[in-house]
Amino acid sequence: MRKKISLFIKQNPVFGMTLGLCPLLAITTTFENSYLMGISLLFILILSNSIVSLIRKWVPNKIRIPIYITIIGIFVTILEYLLFTYVPQLKSSLGIYIPLIIVNCLVLGRALGYASRHNLKDSIKDALKMGLGYTFSLSLVGIIREVLGSNTLTLMENTTNVTGYLAKYQVFPTNSIIPNQFFASPAGVLLIVGLLFGLLNMIKGVEEK
Amino acid sequence: MSLISIFLIGLLTENIVLTKFLGICPVIGTSRNRKTAINMSLAVTLIVILSSIITYFIYYYLLKPLNLIFIQSVVFVLIIAIFVQILERLIKKHNQTLHKTLGIFLPLITTNCAVLGIILLNIANEYSFVEMLIYAFGSTLGFTLVMYVFSSMRERLETAPIPKHFKNLPIAFITAAIMSMIFSRFIF
Repeated sequence: MRKKISLFIKQNPVFGMTLGLCPLLAITTTFENSYLMGISLLFILILSNSIVSLIRKWVPNKIRIPIYITIIGIFVTILEYLLFTYVPQLKSSLGIYIPLIIVNCLVLGRALGYASRHNLKDSIKDALKMGLGYTFSLSLVGIIREVLGSNTLTLMENTTNVTGYLAKYQVFPTNSIIPNQFFASPAGVLLIVGLLFGLLNMIKGVEEK
Repeated sequence: MSLISIFLIGLLTENIVLTKFLGICPVIGTSRNRKTAINMSLAVTLIVILSSIITYFIYYYLLKPLNLIFIQSVVFVLIIAIFVQILERLIKKHNQTLHKTLGIFLPLITTNCAVLGIILLNIANEYSFVEMLIYAFGSTLGFTLVMYVFSSMRERLETAPIPKHFKNLPIAFITAAIMSMIFSRFIF
């Protein structure tokens, strides 16, 4: 069991490989933002990994980075357009971080490191694994940060006019020491992520050098 | 908004690394020693200022009149990529010592979110040409400041007695948290 957990942490794109840290720190103010960002990245990863894998035999080695960036860029532009047209409320929170998926180390890293060398089926599998792991990590930080920072758990608020549901719950009774504004601030998320990294190191164990 | 306040916003109050978390990867990743940190920030400063100027003209004189704003992100990324390539070739041809110090960082900058982030913020905040220059300069100076202070702290942390599970990354995040607290006090 312990080995399985340790393997899970090691293969996690955030806690094991430290890829894609910008969104993890910047947009995890609420649970809703976090999982929406995770799912967006999952879609981009699946699409870009499959296209990169399909064209891998025809791409010359020297210019592969610009080609991959263009492919990812096209998908991100489509996503940005769809997301902000249907849910314009997200523009204030996710704003520039959606176009910044183009230069996210995770997406480009998987395209260069995995999809350009493996067949379509394996690449999609890898994209699913990485994307779900990323969504999990973002959601984890998002939940901790929102509960401690504003004492609520938002499942659906900005997306209400698309889905028709409003789901926002209070977690602790009023008059407790929570909410503490600190955890919603940039300094708070750095502290939470630092402690989380340390805690996960303790669980999986550090190899002595 | 006056030019001085735009400069200070970029440098301190809305520091791109500690409040917007753009370019946190190189700050955490390449800040093990001071010299590399300074060279990296120099390369970023150069690319950000030059590509801000180019993207400004491309956005306001090409994309906006042609109603092609929706492809701005792709265009900007490609411009940065092409620009970094050209700059690398030029430096390699004319100045060998500069190439040795900056060379290895230049390809990394294409995928540095700080560069694209600052360019997108220039456009989103609707800055004029001079304001944009001041903002680009201020925020890259802020990036350099954080890189320098952070790398000095990490050099010191190498010899500090830290619990083994918290070595390297976790302690780097916690020091960054303390720095971010200090920066969040710079409110005018």
